[in-house]
Amino acid sequence: MNTLLPQLAAGLATGGIYASLALALVMVYRSTHHVNFAQGEMAMFCTFIASLLIEAGWPYWAAFAATVAIAFALGAAIEAVLIRRLRHAPVLSTVVVFVALLVILHSISGWLFGYAIRSFPSPFPEAGTGGGLVSAHQLGAVGMTLAMLLVVYLFFRHSPLGLQMRATAENPVSSRLVGVRVDRMLALGWGLAGAIGAVAGMMIAPVVFLDVHMMSGVLVYAFAAAVLGGIGSAPGAVIGGFIVGVLENLVGTYVVGAELKLTVALVLIIAVLVARPNGLFGKAVVVRV
Amino acid sequence: MQRRLFPAVFLVAIACALPFALPSYAVFEATLVITYAVALLGLNLLTGFNGQISLGHGAFFALGAYTAAVLMEHAGWPYWATLPAAALLGGSLGWLFGRPALKLDGVYLALATFALGVATPQLLKYKGLETWTGGSQGLVLMKPEVPFGLPLDADQWLYFFCLAVAAALFAAVHNLLRGSVGLNVVAVRDHPIAAAAMGVDNARIKTLAFGVSALCTSVGGALSAIVVQFVAPDSFSIFLSITLLVGAVVGGLSSLQGAVYGALFIQFVPRVAEQVSKSAPWAVYGAILIVLVLLWPTGAAGGVRHLKLRFLARSKP
Amino acid sequence: MSEVLLDVRGLEAGYGHSRVLFGIDLQVPVAGVTALLGANGAGKTTTLRALCGMVRRQGQVTFAGRRIDTFATEDIVRLGVAHVPDGRGTFAGLSAEENLRMGACTRTDKAGVREDFERLYEYFPRLKERRHQQAGTLSGGEQQMLAIARALMLRPRLLLMDEPSFGLAPNVVQDIFRIMRRVRDEQRVAILLVEQNAGLALDLADTAYLLETGRIVLHGPAAAVRNNEAVHAAYLGGEIA
Repeated sequence: MNTLLPQLAAGLATGGIYASLALALVMVYRSTHHVNFAQGEMAMFCTFIASLLIEAGWPYWAAFAATVAIAFALGAAIEAVLIRRLRHAPVLSTVVVFVALLVILHSISGWLFGYAIRSFPSPFPEAGTGGGLVSAHQLGAVGMTLAMLLVVYLFFRHSPLGLQMRATAENPVSSRLVGVRVDRMLALGWGLAGAIGAVAGMMIAPVVFLDVHMMSGVLVYAFAAAVLGGIGSAPGAVIGGFIVGVLENLVGTYVVGAELKLTVALVLIIAVLVARPNGLFGKAVVVRV
Repeated sequence: MQRRLFPAVFLVAIACALPFALPSYAVFEATLVITYAVALLGLNLLTGFNGQISLGHGAFFALGAYTAAVLMEHAGWPYWATLPAAALLGGSLGWLFGRPALKLDGVYLALATFALGVATPQLLKYKGLETWTGGSQGLVLMKPEVPFGLPLDADQWLYFFCLAVAAALFAAVHNLLRGSVGLNVVAVRDHPIAAAAMGVDNARIKTLAFGVSALCTSVGGALSAIVVQFVAPDSFSIFLSITLLVGAVVGGLSSLQGAVYGALFIQFVPRVAEQVSKSAPWAVYGAILIVLVLLWPTGAAGGVRHLKLRFLARSKP
Repeated sequence: MSEVLLDVRGLEAGYGHSRVLFGIDLQVPVAGVTALLGANGAGKTTTLRALCGMVRRQGQVTFAGRRIDTFATEDIVRLGVAHVPDGRGTFAGLSAEENLRMGACTRTDKAGVREDFERLYEYFPRLKERRHQQAGTLSGGEQQMLAIARALMLRPRLLLMDEPSFGLAPNVVQDIFRIMRRVRDEQRVAILLVEQNAGLALDLADTAYLLETGRIVLHGPAAAVRNNEAVHAAYLGGEIA
């Protein structure tokens, strides 16, 4: 079993990175009860912006901060202009709009930034990594994911604003009745999700290289992670991410071969949704008929 | 009675006259529209009439296309014989997919089918199947010959062949929907709890809908492989599934004619979109989608129906 | 004549294309309980919703001297109007205590909020016992208490209550009305009470309005309304108050 440990480590590393996009999905879900199919493209678009800033000579962390701010604004704007109108719309309309958003962002990215693949720098220095099992970047990226998880968890559980967001997602009418500015809450949720997604993109790009197709596969893994952990649970999504990473790596190496990794994710999604729809950590909500 | 028949007969006449009036390339395009219409028939049935959202119908289209290609290329089957095979495979796989899909509702089904749609090219490129599928290079097929020495050229023959298959499938689905099965299909979409309380077997109806839907889309795929004479994995990406969804929504989901309008849209609008912006036709697609969903949810078919009602109302004595 | 807190003139409201209220005049004084009575479908709930901006409305609504008939719900609430809606409107997925914290979410006086928590737990000891329980798992009566408590956490000047007795067992209803009596006596808040149970409402109220198919047909001091023969026959006959 010489190769098992490195495979596990690699799986945990990639999984930890998928988990960061899954966190963005959970953020949108917790604040607006939507599944955002366009989350990956939003992240990709923002990562391109970061790339442009860095090419223009900005230092990495300055570009990082600016990108996060822009991503926040973009997310909030999309909610205010588009998603808000879907409030009473049937599920199909919502899904179609999200898919349309995916397509628009994908296309505009290609138009603005071109279709060539580019490299994206990592802020983590190469020296002195964990025994050669994982690279410095992977370690740093996973650390970033865990840090974001901590912030999100504390935010929802222990901050007054987080409580307001949870209440708003669950019952907007009652939230208004206690004075909550519901529109602002929803835009805030999307803004935060956009910011998280941008960080995810900037962590993923150094590994898979930056191009317009960067995120569509990752989105599927992130879906699998979120579904496995429970779409409403932030810690669940991260743990789900780790599991998906390890599973995909192990199954890919020992069972079906690396080319079928997406199929593994697909099967996982279906299996979880059928067997345990709330995921490992999601709360079951009883629906009174 | 005569008034209702007249436009239908008129349209059929036009459809039959088209291949003689148009140049070869246009006939080819018209044939492609027919194949898309067959594919969209499936999606309309599933998503429009039965309310199950699929973002992965490209997978069934690919299944049909590759079934036709592999059977023609490696087993030497004649092109027309591949259609029942595609139908059978598509229907079975759709039914099989429909079983776990039972437990998935709304967004979650969309999520699962999205994963299916994204995974499809990878599956098609799988090294283990390479000898059959031709891997990333795909397969090139022979153009069907005109049978019985009919006075048509190859493109015209293909057009009529596809038209006949499409007509048969549309008629079959139309009959299916008109019967009690059809009522059940819509009831399950609108009021699943009430339907179950009335004794409708929701599970059976939903898997049936999935199976029939996949069957139609698979046949559409097979036809398109025969017409284009080429299959390759990258043509069947998630964007194909999205294109089909666009066609279904634009054409009008809960109507069979919607499949035809949608097919016309997906075949010809990208060209127009490219005029608007050379590099971002998809952005135009997306914008149209959003406008439609927000302002005009019933799509082209809904618009036509609206116009028809107004026209008939005005011309009544 | 005590000062008027809420002054409503010519209020019209409806859903979609249908009109439910056809021009209502209503006044709620700055203290005491005002009852709004009427049968099912008369428009009582719509009236409360219209006051809060939850439905399309027209007319003049003045609260503490300000016109609020074009304001959004959350802005009306922030001026001091709390609404206990029909169906309770509790946040089922949050705990009871979190529900109460939501009630106080727009307040900045921490000491006052803590004071109110103590006071409300004293009014509703059962809520204190179950304060970490998920609100959706509370009984109907407990959820009603939670809804009232949450509204009181706003320290409102006007409390709108929509059918607090609905769907509750008689002894639970007694409990709730007893608490409302305490609130009326101990707090500086005006109450506009919508109730189908006329007997209960008239016992508690100082003034009453009677709504029939979207129009006010009778109003006056509660005792006078109670003794009105038509009202007696239609709404109080055979009822045990």
